[in-house]
Amino acid sequence: MPMKLSNRTNFILTVALVFFVWLLLFFINGHMNTYMIRIVSLIGIYGVMAVSLTLINGITGIFSLGHSGFIALGAYTSALLTMSIHQKEVTFILDKVAWPFNSVQLPFLPATIIGGIVAAVFSFLIGWPSLRLSGDYLAIATLGFSEIIRILALNLRSITNGALGLKSIPQYTNVWWSWTWLLITVLFVGSLVNSSFGRALKAIREDRVAAASMGINIFKHQLLSFVIGGFFAGISGSLYAHWLTTIDPRTTSIGVMLTFNVLIMIVIGGLGSISGAIIGAGLFAILTEWLRFLEEPMKIFSFEFSGIAGLRMLVFSAMFVMVMIFWPRGIMGRKELTWNTLYSKLRRGSGESNE
Amino acid sequence: MNLYTFLQNLINGLSLGSLYALIAIGYTMVYGILRLINFAHGDVFMMAVYFAFFLVTLGKVPWLISFVIAILAAALLGFTIDRVAYKPIRNAPRVSALITAIGVSFFLESFAVVVFSGIPRSFRNIYPKFLNNMLILGGHEEVKYGRNVIVGGLRIPIVSFVILIVTAIALVILWWIIYKTKIGMAMRAVSVDIPTTSLMGVNVDGVIGFTFALGSALAAIGGLLWATRYPQLWPYMGFMPGLKAFIAAVFGGIGSIQGAVVGGFLLGLTEIMLVGFFPKMAGYRDAFAFLILILILSVKPEGLLGKRSVVKV
Amino acid sequence: MNEILKLDHVTMQFGGLTAVNDFNNHVREGEILGLIGPNGAGKTTVFNVVTGVYYPTKGKVLFNGLDITSLKPHHITHVGISRTFQNIRLFQDMTVLDNVMVAQHHEIATKDAEKYLVKIGKSKYGANSTWFWRSVFKLGYLRREKEMKDKALNILEKLGLRKLAAEKASSLPYGEQRLLEIARALATDAKLLLLDEPAAGMNPSESQQLVQLIKWIRDEFRVTIFIIEHDMKVVMGLCERILVMDYGVLIAEGTPDEIQENKKVIEAYLGEEWSHVAE
Repeated sequence: MPMKLSNRTNFILTVALVFFVWLLLFFINGHMNTYMIRIVSLIGIYGVMAVSLTLINGITGIFSLGHSGFIALGAYTSALLTMSIHQKEVTFILDKVAWPFNSVQLPFLPATIIGGIVAAVFSFLIGWPSLRLSGDYLAIATLGFSEIIRILALNLRSITNGALGLKSIPQYTNVWWSWTWLLITVLFVGSLVNSSFGRALKAIREDRVAAASMGINIFKHQLLSFVIGGFFAGISGSLYAHWLTTIDPRTTSIGVMLTFNVLIMIVIGGLGSISGAIIGAGLFAILTEWLRFLEEPMKIFSFEFSGIAGLRMLVFSAMFVMVMIFWPRGIMGRKELTWNTLYSKLRRGSGESNE
Repeated sequence: MNLYTFLQNLINGLSLGSLYALIAIGYTMVYGILRLINFAHGDVFMMAVYFAFFLVTLGKVPWLISFVIAILAAALLGFTIDRVAYKPIRNAPRVSALITAIGVSFFLESFAVVVFSGIPRSFRNIYPKFLNNMLILGGHEEVKYGRNVIVGGLRIPIVSFVILIVTAIALVILWWIIYKTKIGMAMRAVSVDIPTTSLMGVNVDGVIGFTFALGSALAAIGGLLWATRYPQLWPYMGFMPGLKAFIAAVFGGIGSIQGAVVGGFLLGLTEIMLVGFFPKMAGYRDAFAFLILILILSVKPEGLLGKRSVVKV
Repeated sequence: MNEILKLDHVTMQFGGLTAVNDFNNHVREGEILGLIGPNGAGKTTVFNVVTGVYYPTKGKVLFNGLDITSLKPHHITHVGISRTFQNIRLFQDMTVLDNVMVAQHHEIATKDAEKYLVKIGKSKYGANSTWFWRSVFKLGYLRREKEMKDKALNILEKLGLRKLAAEKASSLPYGEQRLLEIARALATDAKLLLLDEPAAGMNPSESQQLVQLIKWIRDEFRVTIFIIEHDMKVVMGLCERILVMDYGVLIAEGTPDEIQENKKVIEAYLGEEWSHVAE
């Protein structure tokens, strides 16, 4: 048996996997209940959030805590573009809707892309001052910027409808949209990471001084990573808004809590691994839904136990802290789940008689 | 803005500033020793306030004793957090420590949601009513709605004075601890050089634990005073003040206690003055703290009282 | 002989501390120049000034006549200067091969920097947009990647590291790590190599091999070598010319024989009581 799979084998296997996943989605869409379908869509959305954040935090080593800001930008922008003009007039009761949103309505795809672009532009503007700072300060600065975005959303009533938020956003997101965007994100980011640029980003993460000495323009490459991550965060925001059908500027919905959630996903999955990010996103979605039972009334040994709201997050955060203490590499660490790793596991499993 | 309003805003700003200062000290002490931004700090003060609240409402304990117990409980909580969550990863990369701190913060907030429920509660009945009274200076009498009313003049809630006085006392006690006791000396030594200090026979972990406890106690005092001024309690109440207190600490020079105090007062003053001069911008008052942060990090990252450090290549 | 590098009255001060004081010398193209001196003499600081890590308080640095004093480190590499570090700074979590390939990234990430730098003294920095998109969408990129990979493997082969190409840099033995740092610096296509204590921690036989290797590298890759070293056997066996620093000041210059007899040098290393040895 050969040591490594050839490039062509890799390619064929990957295409086969995508095909298989699509078949699976088709089956899910046709045969499972609405609730499960929505969860599957959510996994796709979380996947895009996680992969975009892991590019910035895990691969380039930029500790950004501002992800929710870019998600919010994508969410608001795209929702404002897809809602019908009549719907907007009805929703905006505090202030009249501002131009251009009062006269524009776009289909889902262009609205999502514009959401991504808006998020990318803001990533550029925010990255420019923030990336000059070192580790801890960078984290707080990006956190600060995402809070500024949230506070702007709270106050610019003619654009965002203030504290009331946007309601009755058309529910466009389904498994196809979310998983296709996930595929696009993975292909783009994966291809980037597997190129010379990816090596440069990892070098920046490993040792900035040495990377600069090897000719890498640290600032420009960090900005590049930040903007790409921001773009896909915006995309995920759009998908999320059209899944949830409402968005509002509370801390717990698209504020810092969301950033923490995505951070949990990529830490559990493995900081620096794209496949880890997806695994983390999937685990997060499934676990938060499965743990929902903790918040429902139930009987334990004939004791009536009325559900406690928020118990899920308590369990989750406790798990998260324990993972950080005992298992900081997460599931994948920095390694990717590639065909080669599976293949070598199979080889080892099938006996070492040839060694 | 007339003179009275200006003075009013000045005093309000100073009182808000002292709250930020009390909380900022905890951040700066921990950062000075461990280079860790203790995200959970703001949540510790939230826990202290809730604890006092339940002691008074459920335990029927007199408010002063409840406050003292709450402060001690906060100190214990801070110490425990360090022991349980931060000590095991003392040698891990700083990113891991930061993420863990975020996790602890998240945990405390979730805990509060579950145990105290997310319903906002009021602190108004907890502390003595007289704190709500206004001190009125100047102004003139007028007949309004059939009664004699004093119009204009300087109106300052008594609580603002109380905050300033309590803060001053707390700072004096803190100064005494740090400069006049052995443990304080140990704290100063640990913040300079951990390996050497431990070689001198100092129980470094104990000193670090004490630092957390002390910072948490100060945050609890700040939190209880905060709740008298802004009496709404909810599980995430510590998030924004904590963040702003951190900004104040960076503003004044992270790692320096004097810096935290100066930064806290300046931030409080700026925030109140901003709203005073531009009432229309009131909704943005939180955003302003962040703008100040970004400005100071771009222009003078070591803060007002901090020293620039050169990294050896 | 062409002066490939010139340090023109370079002074570096950090607050009240003068790390380098009026350093005035040059490196001749093709030579192996040594820089020695007691610990704290300011040798690495000189390297840091040359490579753009520090901006000198006074003075200029010229590379082939081009003023590179204010250039940032990554620009310095474009121009053709590369270095290794006193404390090994490899990309620990990346493979040996990736470490060397990363050093070639700057060629596709910037436009033809040297021409530009000569013209305006600054680089129009940034990711070259066509190569970025081409690398993501893999248009005409795979051939480029193969070229980089072949060149990297070639360098590794010449330094005897080829077998370790797939290993993580952190798993290499100490001596191999130092060699990898040199391989990485070579991969940047530098014409001037600054080696900071490459023999540190090596045993006598390893350091002898290193001497031969560095001489061979100079001839094979046609580079100029500027080396800081503490191991005197390496310095005397390798360098054609030696500069000696003490307390930030250049106190002596000469051939190995001249330096060994130099009174000031002996004083600097051993103290005044020993200066009589020179007589």
